[in-house]
Amino acid sequence: MRHFDYLEPETVEKASAWLRERGEKAALLAGGTDLLVKIQEDKCQAEVLISLAGIPGLNDITFNLGEGLSLGAMVTLARAASHRDIQEYFPLLADACLKVGSQQIRNMGTVGGNLCNASPAADLAPTLLVLGAQAQVIGTGGRRLIPLDHFFLGPGKTALIDGEILERLLIPIGPPSGIYLKHTIRKAMDLPIVGIAVLLKMEDSVCREARVALGAVAPTPLRAPSVERFLKGQRLTHELLEQAGHLALQAISPISDIRASAEYRREMVRVLTKRAIRQAEQVTYAPRRER
Amino acid sequence: MKKEINLTVNGEEYRLAIEPHRTLLQVLREDLGLTGTKEGCGKGDCGSCTVLVDGKAVNACLMLAVQAKGKSITTIEGLAPAEGLHPLQEAFIQYGAIQCGFCTPGMIICAKAFLDENPHPTEEEVKRALAGNLCRCTGYTKIIEAVMAVAKGGRL
Repeated sequence: MRHFDYLEPETVEKASAWLRERGEKAALLAGGTDLLVKIQEDKCQAEVLISLAGIPGLNDITFNLGEGLSLGAMVTLARAASHRDIQEYFPLLADACLKVGSQQIRNMGTVGGNLCNASPAADLAPTLLVLGAQAQVIGTGGRRLIPLDHFFLGPGKTALIDGEILERLLIPIGPPSGIYLKHTIRKAMDLPIVGIAVLLKMEDSVCREARVALGAVAPTPLRAPSVERFLKGQRLTHELLEQAGHLALQAISPISDIRASAEYRREMVRVLTKRAIRQAEQVTYAPRRER
Repeated sequence: MKKEINLTVNGEEYRLAIEPHRTLLQVLREDLGLTGTKEGCGKGDCGSCTVLVDGKAVNACLMLAVQAKGKSITTIEGLAPAEGLHPLQEAFIQYGAIQCGFCTPGMIICAKAFLDENPHPTEEEVKRALAGNLCRCTGYTKIIEAVMAVAKGGRL
């Protein structure tokens, strides 16, 4: 690997200031599972890596029934997947974390890294989008909240500017049924050809609220508001799901790449939208513990 | 510019001066002479570089050595007790889970980390645990059998 310098700031404010000073010449190091590969493939030309390890606060997971979950950006995928509160109140998120890579990757890769790498296929994105997550970021100008819908600007590009760093995700408790389907060739290690997350609020077999998000089929992960509006107030009949599948196609702009053709992605979105809605309706999780 | 770091490898403490761009894999193999850990792909896809960092399986090729500062590393060389072999090593030999042997250190380290947290897994869980370790020789069947045998034997 080519040479670079390595900085270990003690606070996130310092990290942000150094990142801002150096601009394109610096890159943030979280788990390193994406960054090191990019450096080796010369897709990242950073001369300085700024490590976020050991900065207090970025690794915290806190939860309460009122505000929901606060998930530090440096929390590893493995830790998020095995955290009791996440398993119980956000099983969709635990499941999405477990679908990334391998045991080894999950022990190093971070929640923040997956989002800030901003692959259109990022596995955590569809799930966090339907959960209505907000990104708390900090820069030299202070902190701000970015709804995740506005976080992804393009392939590899986020809304972070001027040395801003993702500190944590704030995730409210959502409707209690949901699913993340990841369509891949192999059973593990692959990026999704199509990823779809669906969260439903059902009442007496009628859909009161639907949230649908897609990954790997557009320049960014995205919600499908037309599908969401279409499902609202309806019984989820076979015919309705067929129509929903077709409606989802209007939201996407897939490309052909090494994993699949655009045509195949379109067909899979049509099929998996139906499947995800049906499965989301059947999955209802009730927290076992009273707080 | 070199960074000085302390780390523990297989129970021994080291103080090393390392350039930041060097991976843990490179330092283990080239500086410490621990060549049991292999480089298959260098990109985290094959798992042959798997080591334990504070008990967790990671790809040493995707970790900068400086990231291992203050941590406790276990490589395949550190697995066996003073006399004899670790039960996983014995089982891999007995069940024919080794052909060329290149994937073996990574497989065994990964299996050990998994069994430490899941001492009574199903076969499906073992397969998922080893999903990040590729083998081009055995077809995996014997590897799974060996790991299950150790799990059932209860000797970790």
